[in-house]
Amino acid sequence: MTQRPDSTQTPDYGAFPDARGHFGRFGGRFVSETLMAALDELETMYRRLKDDPQFQADFDYDLAHYVGRPSPLYLAERWTEQLGGARIWLKREDLNHTGAHKVNNTIGQALLAKHMGKKRVIAETGAGQHGVASATVAARLGLECHVFMGEEDIRRQRLNVYRMKLLGAEVVPVTSGSRTLKDAMNEAMRDWVTNVDDTFYIIGTVAGPHPYPMLVRDFQSVIGREAREQSLAQAGKLPDALVACVGGGSNAIGLFHPFLNDEGVAMYGVEAAGDGVDTGRHAAPLSVGRPGVLHGNRTYLMEDDNGQIIETHSVSAGLDYPGVGPEHAWLKDIGRVNYVSADDNEALAAFRELTRVEGIMPALESAHALAYARKLAPTLGKDQDIVVNLSGRGDKDILTVAEIDGINF
Amino acid sequence: MSRIETTFAQLKEKQRKALIPFITAGDPGLEVTVPLMHAMVEAGADVIELGVPFSDPMADGPVIQKACERALAAGTGLRDVLAMVREFRRGDDQTPVVLMGYLNPVEIMGYERFAETCVEVGVDGVLLVDLPPEECDEIGPLFKERGIDLIFLVAPTTTEARIARIAEAASGYLYYVSLKGVTGAASLNVEEVAARVETIRNLAQLPIGVGFGIKDAQSAQAVSRVADGVVVGSALVNQVAAHADEPMAITPAVSEILADMRAAMDKL
Repeated sequence: MTQRPDSTQTPDYGAFPDARGHFGRFGGRFVSETLMAALDELETMYRRLKDDPQFQADFDYDLAHYVGRPSPLYLAERWTEQLGGARIWLKREDLNHTGAHKVNNTIGQALLAKHMGKKRVIAETGAGQHGVASATVAARLGLECHVFMGEEDIRRQRLNVYRMKLLGAEVVPVTSGSRTLKDAMNEAMRDWVTNVDDTFYIIGTVAGPHPYPMLVRDFQSVIGREAREQSLAQAGKLPDALVACVGGGSNAIGLFHPFLNDEGVAMYGVEAAGDGVDTGRHAAPLSVGRPGVLHGNRTYLMEDDNGQIIETHSVSAGLDYPGVGPEHAWLKDIGRVNYVSADDNEALAAFRELTRVEGIMPALESAHALAYARKLAPTLGKDQDIVVNLSGRGDKDILTVAEIDGINF
Repeated sequence: MSRIETTFAQLKEKQRKALIPFITAGDPGLEVTVPLMHAMVEAGADVIELGVPFSDPMADGPVIQKACERALAAGTGLRDVLAMVREFRRGDDQTPVVLMGYLNPVEIMGYERFAETCVEVGVDGVLLVDLPPEECDEIGPLFKERGIDLIFLVAPTTTEARIARIAEAASGYLYYVSLKGVTGAASLNVEEVAARVETIRNLAQLPIGVGFGIKDAQSAQAVSRVADGVVVGSALVNQVAAHADEPMAITPAVSEILADMRAAMDKL
C-alpha cells in the first residue's frame, strides 16, 4: 500500500537528518543571525547528552515516575467489532500526566535547559497541551515560564489557559496575524531573540530550526519504541498499519520513527481538512500545500502565490498550523508515509463514537487519526492490526464540542 | 564596481558615513513608495533598504509587523516591489537599493527568476533575514555571478569564527545588529557597539552598517562615529504609520527625520 520511489536502495531512516539538519531538501536552519549561536549551543549540548547514559537514565526515570510510562497499548475490542475489519489498538498517550504526548518532549527539553543553566523557559501553544506540559515541567524545576498563545486559541481553550496559570506560568496573548499557533511561534521566536542569554525555548513540535525537529523526534520516539515492543508482545507481530494525526507532527513522528525501517508497516499521517481540503478552509499543507520556508525550516506550507502564509482552519486548535515538521515533508516526498486528511465533521463523529463505544474521550486532534482509522479498518482483514496514536485526551475539548451542540455552560 | 561599492568608496573619500533608511514597500499603499524613495535620497540617504512585506516577520518588532500588515492589505507582493525599483531607477541610477525581507517570497518566485529580475530592474543587494550563509549554497552563486550583493547580518551573539565565515559569503556591506532583540527595540549602547564593530573590522574588509535601536539624530551621530553606515528603520516607519491616513504628509515627515540625521552625522 505504501508507495515507494524508484530507488534500488531504501534509506536508513535513522541516519537523518544530516549534519546540518536536512531531511532531503527539507529542514535546515533558517533563522536570523542572533539565534544562530543559541542553536549551535543547543545542538552541541544535545549531541553530547544524547549518548550520555546518565542523561538517558534521568529522562527514562522521569518518563516512568512522573509521566507514568509506558503508556498502554489498548485493544479496542468493541470498536474493532463494530467496524468489522482489522484489530484496532490505541496507544494511550492520553493517559500520560497532563493528558497528552506533549509531556514526553517537555521533560526532555527541560532536562536540557537544566544542563544549560537556563532559568527561564518560553513555549508556544495551540491547543494548550504543549503549554500545559511546559508549565508543568517548569513548575517542577522552579523555572520561570512564559507561554505564547494566540488570542483565538485562548478563547477556544480557556480551560488549559487556566491550568497554565495555576501552574504558575504567564500566558501571553498573541494578537498579531491570525492569532493562532503560527503567530504564537513568531512571538516566541521574538522573545527568544531578545532574551537569548537566559532563556530556553521549548518548541512543542517537530518543526522549527535544526536541531529542534531532531531532538523533539528523539524525545517523542519513546511512543513508537514502546508500541513496537507492545505489538510484538500483545499481538505477536508488528502492526500492519500505523495512524496518527499531523499538525506539526510530533506525535506522528514519535510513533512512526521507530518503525520506519520495518518495510511491512504502512503509515498514515492524518491532516486536518477543516471544512474540506477543496474549500480553502483547512490545515493540510502536505495534502495541498507546497514547499517553502517558515519558522526556521523548509517544509510544506499553506501559502499564496506571493509566498505569504495563509490562515488555516480546524476545529482542533492543535492542528491549526500552516506548516508541518520537515521530516514529514521528506517522508511524503519519498513515499514512505501516506498523508491523508479528515475534516471537522469526521473528527467530531469519531470523537463521539470512541467516547460511546469504548468509554474513551479523545482529544479532537487525535480524533482525526481515529476518523481515518475508522475508514481504513474495514478495508483490512480481521487478522491485521492497526495502531492508532491516541495522542491526547478530550477533556480540554468539552467546551468546544458543547458549543457545537449548542450548549452553554 | 557595484553601486554599493562605489557609494561606500565615494563616501570614504569625502570622509562621510552612509545614511541607510529602511521603509517597507507598499506601506501604506503601493503608490507611496517610489516618491518616498526619491525624497529620502533628496534628504540625504546614501543607500535605500526596501522591505519586502511578509506575513510572518519573525525578526521584527510591532512597528515593522504593522507595516507589513498594511502593505499586504494594500496587496503588495514581491513582484510589485521589484516593479517599484524599476520605476525608481527611471529617475535615479546612482543610489543603491537593497531589498530586505524573508526568504519565503523569494523561494516561491524561484531563486533564478528572482536574481534575473533583480538585475533587470536595478536591485543592487539582497538581505534575507532568515537566510544564514550555511543555507546559501544554491542562492549564493546565482547572485554572485550576476553581481548582486548578498548582505548578511552580524549579531551581538555572533562568534568570531562565524564573523569570518559570514564575511566570506557577504559582499556590499555587513549589517551589524546592535542589540539582542527585534527591530525597533530599546536603545543601543554605543560603547558596546563600538567594541563589536572593532572586532568585526579585524575580521572583515567590508564596510559595516549598524542598525536596530537608532531612533534620532543623536543616536545616528553616535553610531556614525564608529560605523561606516547607519541604518534607520522603525523610527521612519513610525512616521509612515502616524500618517497612514494622509499619505501626502508621509514624505515631509520622513524627510525631516532623515535630514536631521544627515546634518548630525555630517557635523563630525
